[in-house]
Amino acid sequence: MSASGQSTFKPAWLALLLGSLAMLGLLLGAGAGSTGWQALSHAWSNDAAWQIVRDIRLPRSTGAWLAGALLGLAGALAQGLFRNPLADPFLLGSASGASLAVCLWLSLAGSGALAAQSLLGLTGAAFVGAFGAVLLTVALSRGVQHSLRLLLAGVIVGVVLGALSNWLALLRPDVLQAMQGFLLGSTAFVGWPACLAMALALLAASALAWPLARVLDALSLGEDTARSLGMPLAAARWWLLAAFALATGAAVAQVGLIAFVGLAAPHLVRALVPTGYGWQLPLATLMGAVLLLWADLLARVLMAPQDMPVGVLTAVIGGGYLLLRMSRGSTVSRGLAPSDVGARR
Amino acid sequence: MKPALQARGLKVALAGRPVLHGIDLSLAAGHWTCVLGPNGAGKSTLLKALAGLLPFEGQVHWQGQALDAIGPRERARQLSWLGQGEPVPEDLPAADVVMLGRLPHQGWWSAASAQDRQGVEAALKATGAWPWRERLMGQLSGGERQRVLLARALAVDAPTLLMDEPLAHLDPPHQVDWLEQVQCLKAQGKTVLAVLHDIGMALQADAVVVMQAGRVLHHGPCADPATQRAIEAVFDQRIAIHPLDGRWVALPRWG
Repeated sequence: MSASGQSTFKPAWLALLLGSLAMLGLLLGAGAGSTGWQALSHAWSNDAAWQIVRDIRLPRSTGAWLAGALLGLAGALAQGLFRNPLADPFLLGSASGASLAVCLWLSLAGSGALAAQSLLGLTGAAFVGAFGAVLLTVALSRGVQHSLRLLLAGVIVGVVLGALSNWLALLRPDVLQAMQGFLLGSTAFVGWPACLAMALALLAASALAWPLARVLDALSLGEDTARSLGMPLAAARWWLLAAFALATGAAVAQVGLIAFVGLAAPHLVRALVPTGYGWQLPLATLMGAVLLLWADLLARVLMAPQDMPVGVLTAVIGGGYLLLRMSRGSTVSRGLAPSDVGARR
Repeated sequence: MKPALQARGLKVALAGRPVLHGIDLSLAAGHWTCVLGPNGAGKSTLLKALAGLLPFEGQVHWQGQALDAIGPRERARQLSWLGQGEPVPEDLPAADVVMLGRLPHQGWWSAASAQDRQGVEAALKATGAWPWRERLMGQLSGGERQRVLLARALAVDAPTLLMDEPLAHLDPPHQVDWLEQVQCLKAQGKTVLAVLHDIGMALQADAVVVMQAGRVLHHGPCADPATQRAIEAVFDQRIAIHPLDGRWVALPRWG
């Protein structure tokens, strides 16, 4: 697809680099923890050590990789669909929807033992909340044809659902702490079932989105130009939005609200390898995965033996990075221009 | 000879407000026609409607076929549209942007073919954008970007080109390049319809469509005195068209 000689070679190298960083991160992830490398070195001879590596560390690191991949993919899709470099996975109200659903679940099930045991119920509620909020946004904007209307509807849904969940948390102070944990985002409790759920969601979302990379490329020239190039915009938008909602919902359900990964991953990819969406989608997926995997590693060792919520770390690092790019006059600052969100239509 | 594009009773409303009021128009194949008119006359809307980018009432035919009976991909191969002030992807190299013009020719899963690459190279060279094909769009000046976008429209290799303000941001030498490019397109039998604000440039076309308030006031050859009177009238007699070295130029009337 690429016509400029430079951008056919570089993406493959970046993919290889990100793949290597992921492997290294997973290996380090198997060793990072309160018992350190000892558990890894004794894993073959000691059942307890093997259990620590197999049931706690590996699923956590794999989960961080998968959640980051989902957020990276969702971020790239959001920025392509809305032609706005400031778009992120939580743009269409999914974060507030998930928060409200989690708050509701905690209020109904109680924040104590029942809620903790009902992890599937909690993650299920977060998924339904995130997915439901996107559907509500689409319903309010009366379809997916108008980017600006979708964005506005997303803002409204986000504000209203956010206010509702805050109000609910105020009424039930006992759920506040559990809610706070969800809002900060954490990979600490990710197990193999969660990894399987996220892997399936990643496969499905990628399978939906990747064939439509050309539509996103064409959309970068504006909706009218994309239509003039024969792109089936109406149908493609629904599929892309479905992939976006699935990826966001699956990540939020398992690791809570992890800030900036979905926003920064596509930016990093574009800064390193300017290329079309055929490469951008898989690279942003890999970049998001590596970012969250390594942020999770840092979160585990920075305040060891205490665990730092990974969402705090991604917010600090991601925010710092975007601030740096903004000060250099990159597309982050240009994203504030209304033309980039299709405001003219 | 069948007209390349034909509109009958073409009406378009934008946000419920009628913009085009029953346009009848027939564009000769292999000709270059310019659309002229004051701001808000409906020129860009006409171009979009003829490209099938807006819902309309009435009929539009491309080479005798009803436009809405032609599938979107086939239509994209036959009609190349260049909009005015459309967004550009800041982070893409110029050549990749031009390659997007080849989308109507590419299979859903297939990579760019040798023909696609040749088409992109030819289009970039035709607009003089070849030297900075690897630079990102965000690093180009307004004129350089416009030449890349022109190349994108040429890369479609469609028999009919609809261009809205193709000369925007271009300096005089590159405006002349565009005129020469249009002559090449005509020599290949292609039909060009362009909205221009530069009347002097528009008067180099084969024919001019003069629009006002969503209606076609006149459609005729540039050398026809009736066409020139219509142009002067539609611009409130603030310009006068004069012959110069066998061509027509528009000068402001003032003082």
